[in-house]
Amino acid sequence: MKEIRLHGIGGLGTVKAGEMLVHAAVSSGKYGNSTPFFGFERQGAPVTSFVRLGDEKIRAKNQVYNPDCTLILDPSLLVSAPVFEGLAEDSYVILNTRAEDPTDVIKDPNVKCLAWLDATSIAVEMLGRPITNTIMLGAFLKATGWVDKEALEAIIEQFFGAKNVEAFRRGYDEVKIHEFR
Amino acid sequence: MSKVQVMNGNMAAAIGAAMCRPDIIAAYPITPQTPIVEYLADFVIDGKLDASVSEVESELSAMSVVTGASLAGSRVFTASASQGLSLMYEPYFRASTLRLPVVMAVANREMISPQTLWGGPQDTLSVRDAGWLQIYCEDNQEILDTMIMAFRLAEDKNVLLPINVCFDGFYLSHMAERVEIPEQEDVDAFVPKYVPEHIKLDPKKPMAVDPLTNGYLLAEYRLKHMMAQQNALKLIDEIDEEYEKKFGRSYGGAIEEYKCEDADYIIVTMGSMTGVAKDRVDAARAAGKKVGLVKVRIVRPFPGDKIANALKNCKAFGVVDRNVSFGWNTGIIYEEVCAAMFRNNLLIPNVPFIAGLGGEDVTGEHFDYAIDTVIAQEGNADKHYTVWLNREDKGI
Repeated sequence: MKEIRLHGIGGLGTVKAGEMLVHAAVSSGKYGNSTPFFGFERQGAPVTSFVRLGDEKIRAKNQVYNPDCTLILDPSLLVSAPVFEGLAEDSYVILNTRAEDPTDVIKDPNVKCLAWLDATSIAVEMLGRPITNTIMLGAFLKATGWVDKEALEAIIEQFFGAKNVEAFRRGYDEVKIHEFR
Repeated sequence: MSKVQVMNGNMAAAIGAAMCRPDIIAAYPITPQTPIVEYLADFVIDGKLDASVSEVESELSAMSVVTGASLAGSRVFTASASQGLSLMYEPYFRASTLRLPVVMAVANREMISPQTLWGGPQDTLSVRDAGWLQIYCEDNQEILDTMIMAFRLAEDKNVLLPINVCFDGFYLSHMAERVEIPEQEDVDAFVPKYVPEHIKLDPKKPMAVDPLTNGYLLAEYRLKHMMAQQNALKLIDEIDEEYEKKFGRSYGGAIEEYKCEDADYIIVTMGSMTGVAKDRVDAARAAGKKVGLVKVRIVRPFPGDKIANALKNCKAFGVVDRNVSFGWNTGIIYEEVCAAMFRNNLLIPNVPFIAGLGGEDVTGEHFDYAIDTVIAQEGNADKHYTVWLNREDKGI
């Protein structure tokens, strides 16, 4: 089983990103669950979504404390949310950042892989709004390969249309990946 | 062939209710229940459900509408939570004492004050003595399946009582996972059309409802109502078995026993926390600790004898409550389990736990601690103080 924690802010589609991963897993015959955790629902407030993916039925219906992967959908979250807390051994960090080389933000020796891209600029360019969720899913999938690509693209199309499948593919193609080991 | 779909708990409740073909739906929005009624309204607009959705201005009206509709012979459905449920209290009590099989989903939400909107069954547990049946679910599949079983149970001629199908707000209501949807024709066969015989508003055959009634007659009403509750206790197991034969899924009926057969120590849970607890029971077993779990599904009627039977051979047990019983200084289920044990002449060392109030997460570490605390209580006849399980970085 893989545990994923998504960090976003209200309006970025963080919860939907988690749900789409579960849809992709289930449509490939696997299992998953996605539990959103928000305070008071409003745009701009921090949102966390907890996702579990696995080959068998998943019983736990609670929050994720030791994620195998953390997705950070907005650069501001690096300072406003505990995005690196509790990372599991050999974990992945998927980061939306304008930085050319952000590898120095990773201090935790548990991190195996950092994947990053400027998802906000791509989103503004392609979608006209800084909604980064589908682009970040592209980056996530390229780095981890944890769900079936075609299944995820089909779900993205169903949720948000063809334009977002393009955005997903740009995330997939443009993400930079650094392996710490 | 059943269909597989990813859905949240509210959708599971809505689909389960819709498949039972209610005639009348009335509900007022309140977080985290609101989507249930929105989904049902969509089903009606899309032509997938032939029901009348009544827009109401409050929960008091919602319960009054479904009460009246049920009296007129309709199959009815409503949903609420927390303060919404509180506002229904007067017609809520009447629905049960009039023996109306109203089905109500509750996305459990903690009670005010201070203001909170997160999960916890304090709302429904606080009205557990209002005569309704109450079932609590662990995951979204169980919500959908229980909704179907709930109509059968509520409308059975030996029961005829309203029922709450309860599930933790957010942890289930907003959690998305894989759910199998049964075939409509199978559900139709499992939940036949509701034909009331005991009470029905009909202008051609006038009938007085709620006349002023003397105590000796009211006592007969109460006696029969209590017997109906006991009938439901037997029936829930039978319906669960029948459901398994038809749909391939069983929940154990009134309670689920998990690895209890040879368990020296047993943890009692309810609702969405149970999955994590089962994972930790497995971990404890792997570490050589003989631990089991009892999940309480039905709270009204309370399956006291079944729980006592499941616990009778253990050396110590603990009850983890996501609620409080003011005045007892413990959780509500703990007190009910203790009453069941005493009535079955069983005095076994035990520990009351309170966890996850106001939607706080109940974690694997909490259960590890609870399991070890219960094990340490073996052989100790002294009362154990109530243990509040909190995260180390938070809490009191």
